[in-house]
Amino acid sequence: MLYGALAVLALAATWLVPALTTQMTFLWLMILFALTWDILGGQMGYNSFGNVLFFGVGMYVCAVVQRDSGLSYYAALASGMGLAAVVSVALAALLGPAILGLRGHYFAIATLGLGVAAGDLAAAWEYIGAGSGLVPPPFPGAVGAREHFFYYLTLALLAATFCTLRWLYSRRFGLAINAIRDDEDKAEAMGIRTTRYKTVAWCVAALFLGLAGGPIGSVAGFIDPRELAFAGSTFGVWMVLMAMLGGKGTLWGPVIGASIFYVTQEAFWTYLLGWQRVAMGVLIVLIVLFFPTGILGWLRQRRARTQASAAAPALQGGAP
Amino acid sequence: MSNLALLFDTPALALQLVVDGVLVGAIFALVAYGMALVWGVTNVINVAQGELVMLGGYVVYYLDRYGVSPVFGLPFAAVALYIVGWILYRLAVFRVVNGDLFTSLLATFGLSILLQQLMNQIFGADIRSVQADLGSFFLAGGLVTVAKVKLLAFAMALAVGAGLVLFLKRSRLGQAIRATSQNARAARILGVDTHRVYAATFALNAAICGAAGGLVAMTWIIHPYLGLTYTVRSFMIIVVAGLGNIGTVLASGCGLGVAENAAGFILGTEYETAFVFALLVAILVGRNLVLARQRRYLK
Repeated sequence: MLYGALAVLALAATWLVPALTTQMTFLWLMILFALTWDILGGQMGYNSFGNVLFFGVGMYVCAVVQRDSGLSYYAALASGMGLAAVVSVALAALLGPAILGLRGHYFAIATLGLGVAAGDLAAAWEYIGAGSGLVPPPFPGAVGAREHFFYYLTLALLAATFCTLRWLYSRRFGLAINAIRDDEDKAEAMGIRTTRYKTVAWCVAALFLGLAGGPIGSVAGFIDPRELAFAGSTFGVWMVLMAMLGGKGTLWGPVIGASIFYVTQEAFWTYLLGWQRVAMGVLIVLIVLFFPTGILGWLRQRRARTQASAAAPALQGGAP
Repeated sequence: MSNLALLFDTPALALQLVVDGVLVGAIFALVAYGMALVWGVTNVINVAQGELVMLGGYVVYYLDRYGVSPVFGLPFAAVALYIVGWILYRLAVFRVVNGDLFTSLLATFGLSILLQQLMNQIFGADIRSVQADLGSFFLAGGLVTVAKVKLLAFAMALAVGAGLVLFLKRSRLGQAIRATSQNARAARILGVDTHRVYAATFALNAAICGAAGGLVAMTWIIHPYLGLTYTVRSFMIIVVAGLGNIGTVLASGCGLGVAENAAGFILGTEYETAFVFALLVAILVGRNLVLARQRRYLK
């Protein structure tokens, strides 16, 4: 019921609020960011600052295929996204065993380094445009069709991400990564192959981030290595905050958090001329300091408290 | 890679890289020592470390524009940053002291973004530097140039570091800081106001960063977005050198400076920052492998 209503709303959004199509595309992207971050950050307890790496790699791979393959537009986009997914997943599988062996803040800072290093490499490498970036080929359809096409493409990707994660979390996989979050050594002692599960979890995140990179490059129309593709201090941090704001380690938390965060961010961009990035910094600090459990976490605590206070008189009354 | 061959053909060039690296490495070591101090005492990894360096640089830069020589600007930068550090601690950092490491990491990351954007908004994104115009020494028959300003920066970094060590060893507050870092609960029982110690430590670190930032502005460039590289360098140095021992910190700082200079020369300067961050990942993974091997021997 809820899913149906949301799906109808999302599908009709281009018709309901046509002026906001691009913003809505980015909203879906943000939710996808938060969801994929939460696989590691929330469900597995590995707080990554560098997941934006896979997004950027996907974006560049797709754009290079579109530039050099010589195929027709849609064929090039499809093969570009396919190759982007393959490269991202391969990268995650390759880096996973080494990077995911790190724990706690060492992991967080190593991934931060990965993301920034990738951005700097992209900004220095001539083949992919170096600091001046890349421009994906123009969309062949009518004016306005581009926005609609990528809106639905991103929405479809988000739906696929959500359903895959819902399915994964309901399986042994979800239990295993939760066990890793709660106590990795114990999980390993219980016979869970932790390295394999951790790498697979990272690969899942990399898959969807890599796929999302291609279309977003075309939506933006210009790929800047540090501002869009490997935007560590915006997208990279936002992923973490959005998941945190909604509630880490839940399925709906990242969705709610990303929606609220993105709408606030757009409001900042519209109403705070010039100071929006400063306001964003303030917001980040405020969320971390005062709201680390997130909305769903707060609701859960509150429910637990009201249940406890409801149960207390009953217990007293029941005692002889 | 032809540059690598060039390096072997002309030893003077290699010597030049080493000298420059060592001189600049002392500044890295200074920033890293401040980070180690805060990490050891408050259990907070300060990601905004580089932004404090950047702020110090701006203080010296603006003082210089109003006619204060950068050498005398340094103490002002340190004092100004001490105040900034105190304010930052009172506003935000005290909430994450001794808490979950990830929360403090994220909170200070937020602070660093905030400071970056604030400086970008106020001063603009232009690259700035202070011209000290001190000239250079020439060694090895003019093949190796040592800019006097770098030598001065090196000496001042050493002086600040030595002063800091003395302060921690001798002064009342320094002793309180060391006591808190060893055992906060015991220190509190013995009458140390640990909250004040935390604030003082964070502010002291900010002051060190301020002085280091002044040195950076004198020898190099400053701009609003340079912070993260300094944070990452400090973290790397600490990971290699461990918390506390200033000699090792200095050695790894200079080592990092040399490695960076060499990499910038061999790969091209556009790859230099990428090298710093890639080195960070390599060091962390390498450390982990070493630890894993040690664990295997224990069994």
